[in-house]
Amino acid sequence: MEQSLIKELEDGAWQLRERAIEMIYKAGSGHPGGSLSEAEIISVLYFHHLNLDPSKPDWENRDRFILSKGHSCPTLYAALAIRGFFPIEELNRLRKFGSILQGHPDMQRTPGIDISTGSLGQGLSAGVGMALGACLLGSESRIYVLLGCGELQEGQVWEAAMAASHYCLGNLVAIIDYNRLQIDGTNDMVMKIEPLVKKWEAFGWYVQVIDGHSVPEILISLDKASQHRDCPSVIIAKTIKGRGVSFMENNVEWHGKPLTQEEMKQALAELRERRY
Amino acid sequence: MVTNNMSSRVAYGLALSQLGEYNPKVIVLDADLAKATYTIKFAEKYPDRFFDFGIAEQNMVSAAAGLATMEFIPFVSTFAIFASMRAVEQFRNMVAYPELNVKLVVTHGGTENSGDGATHQSIEDIAIMRTIPNVKVIVPSDYFSTYKAVLAIADIQGPVYLRLGRSESQTIYNENFNFKVGKSVELFSGEDVTIIAIGSMVEKAVFAREILESQGIHARIIDLLTIKPLDEEAILRAAIETRGIVTVEDHNVYGGMGSVIAEFLAEKYPTRVLRVGINDHFGCSGDLEELRENFGLSVSNIVGKVKELLK
Repeated sequence: MEQSLIKELEDGAWQLRERAIEMIYKAGSGHPGGSLSEAEIISVLYFHHLNLDPSKPDWENRDRFILSKGHSCPTLYAALAIRGFFPIEELNRLRKFGSILQGHPDMQRTPGIDISTGSLGQGLSAGVGMALGACLLGSESRIYVLLGCGELQEGQVWEAAMAASHYCLGNLVAIIDYNRLQIDGTNDMVMKIEPLVKKWEAFGWYVQVIDGHSVPEILISLDKASQHRDCPSVIIAKTIKGRGVSFMENNVEWHGKPLTQEEMKQALAELRERRY
Repeated sequence: MVTNNMSSRVAYGLALSQLGEYNPKVIVLDADLAKATYTIKFAEKYPDRFFDFGIAEQNMVSAAAGLATMEFIPFVSTFAIFASMRAVEQFRNMVAYPELNVKLVVTHGGTENSGDGATHQSIEDIAIMRTIPNVKVIVPSDYFSTYKAVLAIADIQGPVYLRLGRSESQTIYNENFNFKVGKSVELFSGEDVTIIAIGSMVEKAVFAREILESQGIHARIIDLLTIKPLDEEAILRAAIETRGIVTVEDHNVYGGMGSVIAEFLAEKYPTRVLRVGINDHFGCSGDLEELRENFGLSVSNIVGKVKELLK
């Protein structure tokens, strides 16, 4: 594995975090915790793994990405802007009236968004539909769905898990941003989701467990998932909610809270220190 | 084609099969009710483009959204009650909001699933679906209007809720019928009163007209066919040219087609509107005609409402 690639993708993740914090601060509302925990996953997908063409956002053979945990869209928007799907300046208008960047992803307003999401529990189902569609078209497109861990409490996720293995959707990859926190507390306190590995295996999925902040592990797990063609794949990525900002890490309060100017400055200072 | 007593569900299955023949983008999804919704007709001919989602309507509707983003035209079927209530948030957020090209075609609307009782009857679905932006709501009234409506919605872009019944009914149209989304049909002219009906209630309205006619009352009969977008021009003309309007639907009177007409006329041309429908109570098991008699979805009740209006 090339060290320069790893360095580049790690750097990309820290850059995404900075952008996300700036965006949420300017918006005056949003979800910092999950935006920070998914940064390496988004970085590896958008700056390396996904087969995309920003000049042709509707290119039919592109890979698809579904942010099922739609509330953590600032990081995704930042990645799309950096890839050139729309001008970077748009990031300043997150959640503003008339903006192309809604509080949750909107495929009709934002170039590069493959499907609108926001209501938790539905992204994997949409992924099942896209994966079936790719099979019918004989397309090499692969479908990636990023889910939150609390979201796994939605029954529909398991309907989709059942359908994906029933239809042998080897072109479908689910990634779980497993930061163990949700609005009311830890998953364990609110509603236990474990044993996750056994659950996904029982539903007929190829399961990998990785460190969701390790770029090499994300790269390897995505490659393994791509090689596994006879059944859908799930990557359980262990992450830290609020990763990179000391006062946000593992702190449930930062699921959906805007930052004061002071907090924003401190967060950016810490992130820049980590980056360089 | 044969006339008299034909099922709109059969028309749906046959129209789907025809669509499948010339439109490779048409995909059909069902939730373990293919034999009841007649999507089985498509499944038998095009097994590669038919997906049974099992008894999991929410997953089915969100998956249809995914398929629609790949330029397919998913026809999604189950009973009206499950499509409009079990999976309504999926339809609202993942289909209607992004205006995806998904056709939700449901059967067993209204009280037509009479034997199964209240849990399987759908008397709220029109009220729910018509309040969701971007959604067109269509209720064909017989075999031929169903057949033509199914072909027509495949040719328009965007989400549609098309509601069918279960029972067989008399044919009203023939194979030359030209169905247009948003266009009603005046089946009979008349200047005393207008009866606007939908679905299997159109047949009842026609019978009511015969009785009224024998008593010297000339009723205009409108088969509304599309609830949204509303054929405002025809409704307005009926309000202006006749003395009042009676609406007839197999649906709760709250929020249904009668409400649509009353709301529209209250703003545009205040007119007396009397509604025939389910009077805000749940259904129950029984023979279909028995239910209809008891719930007021009957020819005699329509006649009675017309007379009340003309008093």
